[in-house]
Amino acid sequence: MRDLKETPFAEVHRALGAKMVGFAGYAMPVAYGSILAEHAAVRERAGLFDVSHMGELVVTGDRAKAFVNEVVTNDTTKLAPGDLQYTVMCREDGTVVDDLLVFVLDEDRVMLVVNAANIEKDLAHIRTFDMSGVEITDRSEHYALIAVQGPRSVEILRSCPAFAPAERQLADTAYYHGFRFVSEGGEILMSRTGYTGELGFEIFVPTPRAVALWKEIMKVGGVHGIEPVGLGARDTLRFEASFCLYGHELDDNTTPLEAGLGWVVKLKKESFRGLASLREEKKRGPRRKLVGFEIEGRRIARQGYVVLGDGDEIGRVTSGGFSPTLRKSLCMALVDRVSAETTTEYRIDVRGKTLPARMTALPFYESRAK
Amino acid sequence: MNFERVRFTKEHEWVRFEEDSDVVTIGITDFASSELGDIVFVELPAVGSEIKAGEQMGTIEAVKTVADIFAPVSGVVKQANAELEDNPEMVNRSPYEEGWFLKAQIANPDELERLMKHEEYQEMVGKE
Repeated sequence: MRDLKETPFAEVHRALGAKMVGFAGYAMPVAYGSILAEHAAVRERAGLFDVSHMGELVVTGDRAKAFVNEVVTNDTTKLAPGDLQYTVMCREDGTVVDDLLVFVLDEDRVMLVVNAANIEKDLAHIRTFDMSGVEITDRSEHYALIAVQGPRSVEILRSCPAFAPAERQLADTAYYHGFRFVSEGGEILMSRTGYTGELGFEIFVPTPRAVALWKEIMKVGGVHGIEPVGLGARDTLRFEASFCLYGHELDDNTTPLEAGLGWVVKLKKESFRGLASLREEKKRGPRRKLVGFEIEGRRIARQGYVVLGDGDEIGRVTSGGFSPTLRKSLCMALVDRVSAETTTEYRIDVRGKTLPARMTALPFYESRAK
Repeated sequence: MNFERVRFTKEHEWVRFEEDSDVVTIGITDFASSELGDIVFVELPAVGSEIKAGEQMGTIEAVKTVADIFAPVSGVVKQANAELEDNPEMVNRSPYEEGWFLKAQIANPDELERLMKHEEYQEMVGKE
């Protein structure tokens, strides 16, 4: 754990007896007890996550929205203050620099929520654009980020005194919308987003106020069965919901069209970095595509394992696991698109054993309310 | 838990033996199961198959990782813990009791002498 940065919750995690791991330069809780129990808590009740390692980059200036629109593939021009959008930013050749959330705070202030491991890379990439009239600030140290996720999450937040000034917004805010309000200790940003596939909010809170807010949510949430949840269950939850994870489904050599993110690539936009390449790729068809597989039995196909189509290697697993909710061994994989069109039998090489696999639709799991 | 008749390997398997019997019980230690985290599958050798000391005899799939199981002693598999098929989490919950892996008839009791006693094993994991 040497040389790792700590989030404002380091002491809280220690007191809870969390198992800590190094992740993107931070000491992060992987689990407080059982990953499976934490996973179930989020699907059935509620879970509280420390995701303060995520990066918050704030773009300010009259041109902020137009600037961001040039950087990302999705169309941010129609977003109003309080709107969020999932998107990616690409290089000229269409490969993904990072996937991120765009949170419009004001007409002239846009926050980009980026992956912890990519903060420096993203900043360097964004600074290659014409920065005249805009400024970008790394606010990652200013904000702690906690996520409250699960069917009872909103009910819990509405019972917390800290959110009393935001009572109405908590009830009215729709998926992929957010709001901000002033609480003691500064401005809190809230968005109805998450990485679990369940109902919930992500809460950007000024660092000095973070621990008190965590404790309040845990205390109020106690009767609702809230549990602290680590990165282990965060991964199994996002995997079931089939959300991309940078470093798995996405990386510096993958395009959004390959990863099934065509819906965030607006090819009709006038311009953005990577537009020409992605238009061309769309026309000829992407080389690979992201698919889901179910494997018989309980062996797990993990990242990097080879996917065989009629005996030949046609791709690699990007994420895999035994789905706690669906009770199946599942994986996502990037496979050669053309080969997959004619493949009749799939197998996955699980540590030397080639196990039969059946292609299955993504997402694996979808909640009724999120 | 009395560990007097239990021996341990460097790879974190345990073997329990009885007086006047050549059938031993094998499992993995508390330390191993908590290091692995939530176990979702245990693959064991078939009843009747031979296991050889130090050689791989199975696989453990946990949520975060996969690990090989090594045979602590040589012998023939007499029984596998069928409960683990539906409830592999028993290995996490009760690694020395309900979470046992298999029973084997051992070929050479001397092999037990080469394994660690509980105190030695505790000392080893204390350093990990």
